[in-house]
Amino acid sequence: MKLGKVGLILAMAAAAALMVVTADAGPEIRIGSKKFTESVILAELASKLCASAGANAVHLPGLGGTRFLWDALLAHEIDVYPEYTATLREEILAGERIAGEGGLETALAKRGLRMSRPLGFSDSYALGMMPQKAQQLGITKISGLAPHHSLRFGLSDEFINRADGWPALRAAYQLNPADVRGLDHDIAYKGLAEGAIDVIDLYTTDAEIGYYGIQILDDDRHVFPANEAVLIYRAELEQRAPKAIQAMRRLEGRIGNAAMRSMNSAVKIGRRSETDVAAWFVAANFGVAEAGSTDTLAGRLLRRTIEHLRLTLLSLAAAIVIALPLGIIAARRPKAGQAILALVSILQTIPSLALLVFMIPILGIGAPPAIAALFLYSLLPIVRNTASGLSSIPLSIRNSAIALGLSPVRCLQLVELPMASPAILAGIKTAAVINVGTATLGALIGAGGYGQPIFTGVRLDNFGLILEGAVPAALLALAVQGLFELAEHYLVPRGLRLRRETPP
Amino acid sequence: MIRLDNVSKSYGGSIIIDSVSLTIPGNQTTVLIGPSGAGKSTVLALIDGIEAPDSGTIMIGCDPLTPGSAPQLRRRMGYVIQDGGLFPHLTSRQNIDLMAKEAGWPLLQRRARVDELCALTRFPANALERYPAELSGGQRQRVSLMRALMLDPPILLMDEPLGALDPVIRAELQDDLKAIFSRLTKTVVLVTHDISEAAFLGSTIILMRAGHIVQQGHFRDLVARPGDPFVSQFIHAQLRRLTTMNEGAMQSFLRHR
Repeated sequence: MKLGKVGLILAMAAAAALMVVTADAGPEIRIGSKKFTESVILAELASKLCASAGANAVHLPGLGGTRFLWDALLAHEIDVYPEYTATLREEILAGERIAGEGGLETALAKRGLRMSRPLGFSDSYALGMMPQKAQQLGITKISGLAPHHSLRFGLSDEFINRADGWPALRAAYQLNPADVRGLDHDIAYKGLAEGAIDVIDLYTTDAEIGYYGIQILDDDRHVFPANEAVLIYRAELEQRAPKAIQAMRRLEGRIGNAAMRSMNSAVKIGRRSETDVAAWFVAANFGVAEAGSTDTLAGRLLRRTIEHLRLTLLSLAAAIVIALPLGIIAARRPKAGQAILALVSILQTIPSLALLVFMIPILGIGAPPAIAALFLYSLLPIVRNTASGLSSIPLSIRNSAIALGLSPVRCLQLVELPMASPAILAGIKTAAVINVGTATLGALIGAGGYGQPIFTGVRLDNFGLILEGAVPAALLALAVQGLFELAEHYLVPRGLRLRRETPP
Repeated sequence: MIRLDNVSKSYGGSIIIDSVSLTIPGNQTTVLIGPSGAGKSTVLALIDGIEAPDSGTIMIGCDPLTPGSAPQLRRRMGYVIQDGGLFPHLTSRQNIDLMAKEAGWPLLQRRARVDELCALTRFPANALERYPAELSGGQRQRVSLMRALMLDPPILLMDEPLGALDPVIRAELQDDLKAIFSRLTKTVVLVTHDISEAAFLGSTIILMRAGHIVQQGHFRDLVARPGDPFVSQFIHAQLRRLTTMNEGAMQSFLRHR
């Protein structure tokens, strides 16, 4: 049966893609990072040092916010991620009122976690304004903001919500501005530069401070605590990969404020990749040369193509295996069919990002939840087209198959599925093309693929990087489309193509 | 011999076949005729076991037809469905020898049988590799007929086999069918609504109306001894039209000379 062949080919391709990706050695260490440059650079540094000790370090860059990374670490989804002491104390473990540094380590140990010594720099919160505006109003300190109620504040969501952030600041300085809005941190910088907002929160190591010439307002009442960068990791890593941990901890005390700001700046303003910047830093400070190949464009493209193909092929193959029988049942039993179609349609209405996030508690982060979400998305077009293709076969054809003496199963194999094959193939094609597009979102939960450069590009406002993901994704979608048209030519019986070419 | 005893069948509340009893004699051609909606096609579908009766019994030879025995009994019957029911994705040859292939006939035997049928139905052998969409209406009917005859069943059921054909081809196929029926001596049950076709092909004619059998007999019995006013009404409605049309054509032909 020809449709069977397609399924087989897809399954084989998917298996091959899986094998290519999983072929590697050494203890695996999964390192996560938050969705901002500094975190990505720190994780990349840690990952390079782990790799230098022989570990198979996997960096899942830009996974999300603090809560997301913390939960992933607790759930064993990742082994390491860079964090900040004040964030741990005031946000993550806020309920426990931890005093000294020892208290923090005890609190982490209770959860099976360890913390490195501080890496060197302190990434404190601060408020910033454009110097012209600040001069105009004569503001140099945060306390100077209080009388100016009309100033527009654009603050990051995290800052607004954490106890040591905006609430503390507001109480200490009696700030009562009329306009406070939650913004993405990167957008806030642009808004400030363009004069759309007047005051933003920032981190003292942000690259943009120098780039835009932002004036930092003095925290004259000392509200913001010191916020030292550390690496937190799962305790069992010390048994499982002691050498890697040792190598990773060489970062302790080695990254000063100036070094961090210059690395941030090299990425955000100098448009270099985090990987490059991190490689330069470990080479300069620890004499660790880049292990294996350097990260060329071709190499990146190949790796992402494999990741992307793996996501789409596995999910599509699984969807075909499940959706074809569902479509057949839907065509045979109208009542069950309505229920099946309603169910897969509901799946389709869930926004893709939400579906990805739903999958995380069940399947963790990385490729599996992305594949599961894509699989669910691919069901509808295949089920619907299979069902409608089968139901549109004229009754006279089905009756004459029965009258000839074909059993229901043989009738399905020899007559009904071949006759419905154009519709079924069209359904699979739709699913595949949508799948290629949606798979880019997989990068948000660490599944890699073409989405990785797209989202990094959005984060860094780097159009070149966005194209590096968007162009191959578009080309792949076109290739998939073309491939299916070719497949149609070979798989759809000639007699059916004739009928479509010559209208009755 | 095929026998129906008190067979009834209804769809969605409306009765299609109302307690029909009839005997179809073996080895000759019986034609089911009547206006549309009379239940002729349903009788064929019931005989083939595609439809199950609501009540009553059907005997195929000496065997009662039940949903369980239908697949077995169906092998004794060839069925040419109303519009041919050819599978569009298979060539003529694949359509014809599909069941022989399923039954495990070797290639040479299948080829020989198809050649034999081509000769019988006067179907051009070079059209065997064509798809139904590439055939003319008459050729499609010949392929349907060959498909039904492939396994040489003793019973042949034909539902309006010539319904959609233009008059010239229709007449040609009627001639061919008559020749085929007389050569094969099969039990043929053919449905039509055309009285002249029924008279030409059938040894026995069964006239149906609204799920009932009105009269069964030879054509001349139906003409000479109609059992019901509807019989003569039905026969004459078609024949009179034909005669008046012929007269009209003759008159205008004469006038223009």
